[in-house]
Amino acid sequence: MQLKRRDFIRISGITAAGSLIIPPFLNSCKTVRLSADAESYLNHFEVTRGTLQKVISAAMEKGADYADLFFEHTLSNTSALEDRKVNSAYSNIISGVGIRVLKGDQTGYAYSEDLSLEAMLKAAKTAANIADSPGKYSPVNISEYQPPSYYSVKTSWEDTSIKDKIPFMQRMNDNMFDADKRVSKVNVYLMDSTSYILFYNSEGLLSWDYRPMITLAGICIMEENGRIENFMVNRSYRTGFEFLTNELIDELSKEAVAKTSILFTAGKPESGEMEVVMSAGESGILLHEAIGHAFEADFNRKNTSIFADRMGKKIAEDFVTIVDDGTLPGKRGAINIDDEGNPSERTVIVNNGVLSSYLHDRISAKYYKVNPTGNGRRQDFRNIPIPRMRCTYMENGPHKRDEIISSVKNGVYVDSFSNGEVNIGQGDFTFFVKFGYIIENGRLTKPIKDFNIIGNGPQALADIVMAGDDKTISDGSWTCGKDGQGAPNSMGLPTVKIRKLTVG
Amino acid sequence: MNTNEKYKLADLVVAHALKNGAKEVFVEIYDNRSNNIEIRDQKIDSLKESNRSGLSISLYVDNRYSSHSTNRMKEAELYKFVEEAINATRYLAEDEFRSLPDPELYYQGGGQDLKIFDSGMDSVDAKTKIDLATNALNEAYQKDDRILSVSSYYFDSISNSVMVASNGFKGESGNTNTGIYVTVSMKTETGRPNDYWVESSLFFDKLKTSGIGTKALERTSRKINPKKIASGKYSVIVENRVAANLLSPLYDSMTGSSIYQKQSFLIGKQGLPVASEVFTAIDDPHIPSAPGSRLFDNEGLKAVKRPIIEKGVLKDYYIDTYYGKKLGMKPTSGSSSNVVFETGTRNLDELIAFMKNGVLITGFIGGNCNGSTGDFSYGIEGFYIENGQIVYPVNEMNITGNMTQFWFNLKEMGSDIREDDSIRIPSLRFEGVQLSGI
Repeated sequence: MQLKRRDFIRISGITAAGSLIIPPFLNSCKTVRLSADAESYLNHFEVTRGTLQKVISAAMEKGADYADLFFEHTLSNTSALEDRKVNSAYSNIISGVGIRVLKGDQTGYAYSEDLSLEAMLKAAKTAANIADSPGKYSPVNISEYQPPSYYSVKTSWEDTSIKDKIPFMQRMNDNMFDADKRVSKVNVYLMDSTSYILFYNSEGLLSWDYRPMITLAGICIMEENGRIENFMVNRSYRTGFEFLTNELIDELSKEAVAKTSILFTAGKPESGEMEVVMSAGESGILLHEAIGHAFEADFNRKNTSIFADRMGKKIAEDFVTIVDDGTLPGKRGAINIDDEGNPSERTVIVNNGVLSSYLHDRISAKYYKVNPTGNGRRQDFRNIPIPRMRCTYMENGPHKRDEIISSVKNGVYVDSFSNGEVNIGQGDFTFFVKFGYIIENGRLTKPIKDFNIIGNGPQALADIVMAGDDKTISDGSWTCGKDGQGAPNSMGLPTVKIRKLTVG
Repeated sequence: MNTNEKYKLADLVVAHALKNGAKEVFVEIYDNRSNNIEIRDQKIDSLKESNRSGLSISLYVDNRYSSHSTNRMKEAELYKFVEEAINATRYLAEDEFRSLPDPELYYQGGGQDLKIFDSGMDSVDAKTKIDLATNALNEAYQKDDRILSVSSYYFDSISNSVMVASNGFKGESGNTNTGIYVTVSMKTETGRPNDYWVESSLFFDKLKTSGIGTKALERTSRKINPKKIASGKYSVIVENRVAANLLSPLYDSMTGSSIYQKQSFLIGKQGLPVASEVFTAIDDPHIPSAPGSRLFDNEGLKAVKRPIIEKGVLKDYYIDTYYGKKLGMKPTSGSSSNVVFETGTRNLDELIAFMKNGVLITGFIGGNCNGSTGDFSYGIEGFYIENGQIVYPVNEMNITGNMTQFWFNLKEMGSDIREDDSIRIPSLRFEGVQLSGI
């Protein structure tokens, strides 16, 4: 996608374009013509190809093997509804360039928030210190990688005023209050962000990305006879303003009120080990926590993952195929390129029960002598890219949902989650269940809420004894934290049964 | 930017906002410099240097409120940023409760030197830092055949900020922090247990630099071949290093926003018992060289020492200006400084020695608490204790209950506070705690 010339400091709220603050792009020492797309990103960051090559040369001057530049400009806006009105708004703007230098598997990293040549050279020289011998680097010809687009935007968030967002938030509030007299508070949050990314490395690769993200969340709080219950609904996608429709608002409001209502009748399950049926969709959190992180190749390269010596081994039933996919259109976990300039892809990590691939960044791919899988991601330009999941899901299995539930004598069915965590080495993982049901003699009976489930990753994977044919990708606003960096994810699952997990 | 330059820019931005229609303005300008070094198996894994700065502004325009931040610090750009932000604010609904704090409550200057800034931190050279991390790593490296990997980290950070409010507040603050962290991973039949140890200090010269790797190794090796035990009620000791995890739902329920949003199980509990009598905690912002010390909070409110829970009775909440107005309560501060617990007489080893049987919790994993109801459940790891001895490690279990009752099971505070943390909590001993296992 070719960019219009953008203002760095646009705040959602007014649509009139102001005068440009930054002096226009001046010159570049052109030898080969760059595409109009590439030029538009260089213009956006006020850099020339000459600048890129100078900064890379400085990064390579101490004898590094490799260096890359990650330019980012992100604008984010949040509007909040409290007490029946959209009465606060927040915005954040960051821009800068991260400079990474590799010597073997050693990393030097520095960044500059100032995009002047002088400031970038200073950061490059700092990062260069990871290597320690005088090196020779001659700039190489630029080769462009034009990424595909897995996200479409009809109306960008930069061109959307806060006044266009307010009616949707208000509708959600009004829907919830109208739906049930017990509703006592409603909070609605709308968060959008737009990132411009320009990537260049010492091998001459030039690539770019334009990343939209929208998250809508509504919290319903109800009171009945002195008891208070709350439930949050949310959706998140990589798309533009066209995301907001009355239909979506109505669906979410309905879901919020219905789920909060059920919580008044919900109790806690018995403590102990039992069979667990995970509903299709959000239950993909199982894959994310139980095995996804342990498949991230940095943990394996460092030998600290419980899956570090299992490549090519049978680790699950034949019908278990698990995928980490960055190419699902519009999904929160979709990326056109990763943050190391590698193409996004669909990576099969468990193929018919056999561990078939880790999730790689550049360093681990080199270590394992495989192609990068497009999982090198970072929170922002201030951070080093590391292997991260994108959209992690399990393909359909041979069973039917009803058949799975009816096979359970005593167990739980889990449906909605708030958070999870994993210990990579020992393999212990948890997820917190906001809502589910007891299963008795093959039938869903009493609603249950607010309990943790804990298990062991490899064991849980081996214990997936049934899988449905109803694969669903959750569109919830999942954010994964690792090494202090947040990254947006999606996840999905068909209905599955796990032989045994600890509940309570 | 030095402090004077920050003030100068903040004043200009405040004036520009007022000129363009804001009734009140609050501006903070900050910068932070940090270094992170990771050594893995005696080789540098990464060197990272970070220099960041930014401005944040809160705007009160025609009874409307918004807040914005940017790291693009050029004056002309900031002016345009402010103008756009003011225009955007005008689209919002009015909110009569939004305003700057009452100037009477601001910090007025003349406070003590809190000794939280090490002016020598900036001059420590890279080699010294790398050597510290390497030495810490070497205490564990190849010291046990089962070791798979040892990583050590050195980190330091220097932060400075100024805050200016249009109704009279000006304040500056700075703090430094440094530390060393070692993590050890081992190969065993059942998994790859890992554990860590960390030491940190506000002053480079006071940083404890030895024993970190040794402790990380010791903590990892005792975790080999853990078991899961039967579900039931147990006597439980929670180690000081992780005890603060259990406080977070309590703290969350004490904030003005949670109370107002009815996501608190402590609504209307002021003056009532919420924990057993051994629970006494004071919010003390003025402890010299403590990481949570401050003269004023993030709104400029003067920091005051005050009891939070006294002999189990809830004395005070964490109320900021906005929710204070909405709730009709006096603002105290919306955030904690140092939370200091009254201690008992026995340290962790003694608590263990006196336990007939029960579980020592040394780590939490995942879980959550429903703020409205207080129902909680967290994953745990630790050790089974019998006749005062640690018998074997346990894992893959949950601790579960309701926060409104849980703290009444607290029977004893340890004597072993960790002073490098802003939450100065000792090890805790509980009776009759529900654990879920087999």
